[in-house]
Amino acid sequence: MPTPGEFYQRDREWQPPALTPDYKTSVARSPQYSLISLQNSVSEVTGPVFGHNDIDPIDNDLILNYAKPGESPIGERIIVHGRVLDENGRPIPNTLVEAWQANAGGRYRHKKDTYLAPIDPNFGGCGRTLTDKNGYYFFRTVKPGAYPWRNWVNNWRPAHIHLSIFGTAFAQRLITQCYFEGDPLIDKCPIVKTIPSQEGRDSLVAALDMNASVPLDSIAYRFDIVLRGRRSTLFENRLEGN
Amino acid sequence: MVQKLHYLKETPSQTAGPYVHIGLAPGAAGFEIYKQELGWDIAGPNAKGERIRVEGLVIDGTGSPVKDVLLEAWQANSEGNHAHPEGGGEVEEGFRGWGRVITDFETGEWAFETVKPGRTQGRNVGPQAPHINLWVVARGINIGLNTRLYFDDETEANAEDPVLNIIEWECRRATLIAKRGERDGQIVYRFDIKLQGEDETVFFDI
Repeated sequence: MPTPGEFYQRDREWQPPALTPDYKTSVARSPQYSLISLQNSVSEVTGPVFGHNDIDPIDNDLILNYAKPGESPIGERIIVHGRVLDENGRPIPNTLVEAWQANAGGRYRHKKDTYLAPIDPNFGGCGRTLTDKNGYYFFRTVKPGAYPWRNWVNNWRPAHIHLSIFGTAFAQRLITQCYFEGDPLIDKCPIVKTIPSQEGRDSLVAALDMNASVPLDSIAYRFDIVLRGRRSTLFENRLEGN
Repeated sequence: MVQKLHYLKETPSQTAGPYVHIGLAPGAAGFEIYKQELGWDIAGPNAKGERIRVEGLVIDGTGSPVKDVLLEAWQANSEGNHAHPEGGGEVEEGFRGWGRVITDFETGEWAFETVKPGRTQGRNVGPQAPHINLWVVARGINIGLNTRLYFDDETEANAEDPVLNIIEWECRRATLIAKRGERDGQIVYRFDIKLQGEDETVFFDI
């Protein structure tokens, strides 16, 4: 019986570096010394465990979870769905996925957001869910709008949903953003471009998924998420694993 | 040509952005939506051990407090066990060992209450000194920063800790040691995190 080993080291050439001057806020917030690389200890191969007592079934439905009874938010009704996998391609069941986003006009329900687009009285803008036994998750929401932000004077964020994922270990903890197929703002965004490779940037663009759309109701986008994979140690006397 | 390896690539990280509170701490963003927000109670009511408060600032390269940061903590209980199937042993009912905290929007101060963790079994290495793993995300941080908080009243354990000892520059180890004090009868550890510049905190690639 293989026992779980260490997580594969994070590919730091694939992930965005800390210092990305075109995303200006990173300049004063990026460590200058190298990260100290650690082999995983028990503190990194473990992580918080969540269950259905922690959340409500409606939490993954952003169309209903803040709307007044009988009302719903303005915007394109969408389903964002996919699987949480590890780098070995194995599904990660029962893991917490949290989402937050602007409303259809590009405005966040946040006291620090002062963009002139209006707050939607029926839209909170956050949700959460646990993956099922096959690692599958879905949210129902409205498609977020693009919005301007202060970086260069005329920067616009492409439509995006923020996603926070736990996995089974603190070493897998990840926050990312999901973009939408066909958005011309993606290639212009300094935050997207913190990711070094085109392949990496493409991996954050959800594909329009007509087969999963609900006719006359909601259009679907597919967004799979990959967390760090883990070695399995096949032989007890071979501690380096396979 | 050789055979192709079929590993997937990890999803690239993106900054948590300025509105991280909406998703992960909506009460702080200014609205109620969930029946319960997660991460406010790290230790639970039944945890054994010493009750402590940990507080500090996250400071940027200009010396200014970062006021839109979110931190997550992950720790063992007072006996050195994590609330996880591979965590080493049983924990008290209600002990999760995980929490999240945001900074005050005006001052940048953050704080959480927990119990002081015990020493944990090493993996690859010897036993570890009591510590809390911290993960820092914010606008301008492209990928979450991992660090560890150790305790200044654990001199002997700290001296043997395999992670502290892997830091080549002894002077930098001090950036991971929280300072113990007392206020209104409560034990308070101070732990400022410096993202950049003089006394930059040690961050780890875990």
